[in-house]
Amino acid sequence: MPSAAAPLSVAEAVDSIYRAESRRVLATLIRQLGDFDVAEEALHEAFVAAVEQWPRDGVPENPRAWLVTTGRFKAIDRLRRRSKHEVALEDEHAEAIADPAAGVDDAEGVEDDRLRLIFTCCHPALAPEAQVALTLREVCGLTTEEIARAHLAPAPTVAQRIVRAKAKIRDARIPYEVPGRGELGARLESVLRVIYLVFNEGYLASSGDALTRHDLSGEAIRLGKLLVELLPEPEAVGLLALMLLHDARRASRTTPQGELVPLEDQDRSSWNRAQIADAARLVEASLASGRFGPYAIQAAIAAVHAEAPDAASTDWAQIAGLYGVLLELSPSPVVELNQAVAIAMRDGPEAGIARIDAILERGELADYHLAHAARADLCRRLGRSEEARASYRKALALTGQGPERRFLEKRLAES
Amino acid sequence: MRYLCLIYLDERELAAMPQKEMDALNARHLRFNEELVASGHFVEAEALQPAASTTAIRVRNGKPSLTDGPFTETKEMVAGFYVIEARDLNEAIQVAARIPSAPLGTVEVRPCRDLEVGGVAYKASSKSGGRIFNS
Repeated sequence: MPSAAAPLSVAEAVDSIYRAESRRVLATLIRQLGDFDVAEEALHEAFVAAVEQWPRDGVPENPRAWLVTTGRFKAIDRLRRRSKHEVALEDEHAEAIADPAAGVDDAEGVEDDRLRLIFTCCHPALAPEAQVALTLREVCGLTTEEIARAHLAPAPTVAQRIVRAKAKIRDARIPYEVPGRGELGARLESVLRVIYLVFNEGYLASSGDALTRHDLSGEAIRLGKLLVELLPEPEAVGLLALMLLHDARRASRTTPQGELVPLEDQDRSSWNRAQIADAARLVEASLASGRFGPYAIQAAIAAVHAEAPDAASTDWAQIAGLYGVLLELSPSPVVELNQAVAIAMRDGPEAGIARIDAILERGELADYHLAHAARADLCRRLGRSEEARASYRKALALTGQGPERRFLEKRLAES
Repeated sequence: MRYLCLIYLDERELAAMPQKEMDALNARHLRFNEELVASGHFVEAEALQPAASTTAIRVRNGKPSLTDGPFTETKEMVAGFYVIEARDLNEAIQVAARIPSAPLGTVEVRPCRDLEVGGVAYKASSKSGGRIFNS
């Protein structure tokens, strides 16, 4: 039964349905048609049909089901006309295609399809940059041009990554499924890594069209929320909290001129307190599950920072302890470095310098500019200007263009 | 769907392995083969002589020319292979991860393709497929 369509433009309705439903419809069409490209074409044709038919017949009661059914029939029609593809249709997909009443309306099934799509786009058998590009394209619905602009990569490169990834999914037969219990942990890690990569591309954007790149952080947060909604695993919740906490402090991270502001100098009144409170609740839920991982601990650390009314009252003992937990979960020299800084804040700069020197002596972070920058900062606090300058110079030699470099140059000039 | 699992191992490590360990590894492989036969995954498997025993053949202008040995100087060489039947890549990965010598090197999992002639797909490994094509 068509809904009472006031002459409020059908085009507008189609537009808003496209934004709300196109990814869901695509996710289901991929399952039913067994091929990304065929499904995308079907999605396109379904919306073309909607634009033609809805002004005449009214917007259907369940637009999503209408779009899925229409898309599937259009695709079958087209494939039947291409005899070559009849061969390809002889496998298990033929069953789904042949059944016009195949589960379209069940909301649960549709949400499963979105999870299938996420796990398939983030399959570890695909190259990491292809996972990111494919996820942005298929799950978030960004165009190739938008992805290219945000990644600072040429559009043809991005397009080729996506084409190759789809070819691998088809040729190696990467299944369109949510991994079973045994694999879920490892596969979820891959999904979370992709989402965090997307977030950081936006958050750490130091060059290029900063505005476009910031959109990537928003896209990653939307992805994180979708994932938590579909699969509320403690680490997915932890990652969402971590992104929300970073994002809540975004405005204070840089000056309007794009210069970096260190945490202790940031204007805390500009932080998004409501978002921080939301994120803190997520952190607590994740930790309370007892099945938390590195993302939840990182979020807990960020929450301690975010909840401190001013830099001086930061609970450094708690932060140093959380870094200890993080080191046990995922040992890395970078985490050790962060722990060293927290210990310096708790016990005094000398304790931190001793730890950083020990890390640098092992040679692991010798080429990591932040190790030298952190050492420089601790020397500066002790008034050891000569040593501070030497470390600032080492850090500068390892830093590219952008705000980080300007920040270090400013500190070097001041010490 | 068929997948080729190529096992890459460091031949020097393999040569330095004490006989007792080598025996145990080989026995594990033989047991694993039986498991694959029982689960329906097994198609074919071979362990190979060292790469130095390779003869490379190139046919140019109808004439074969022979050269000794492998072309690459990489440390890990193909030491053996499995051809398995699996539902999809995830199942193939699960099988490949259980290959007894996998912890010693690298296993590459690669999907096999059909040979298509005039729109008809033939399994390269199937003898009957070959006969039908010839007749």
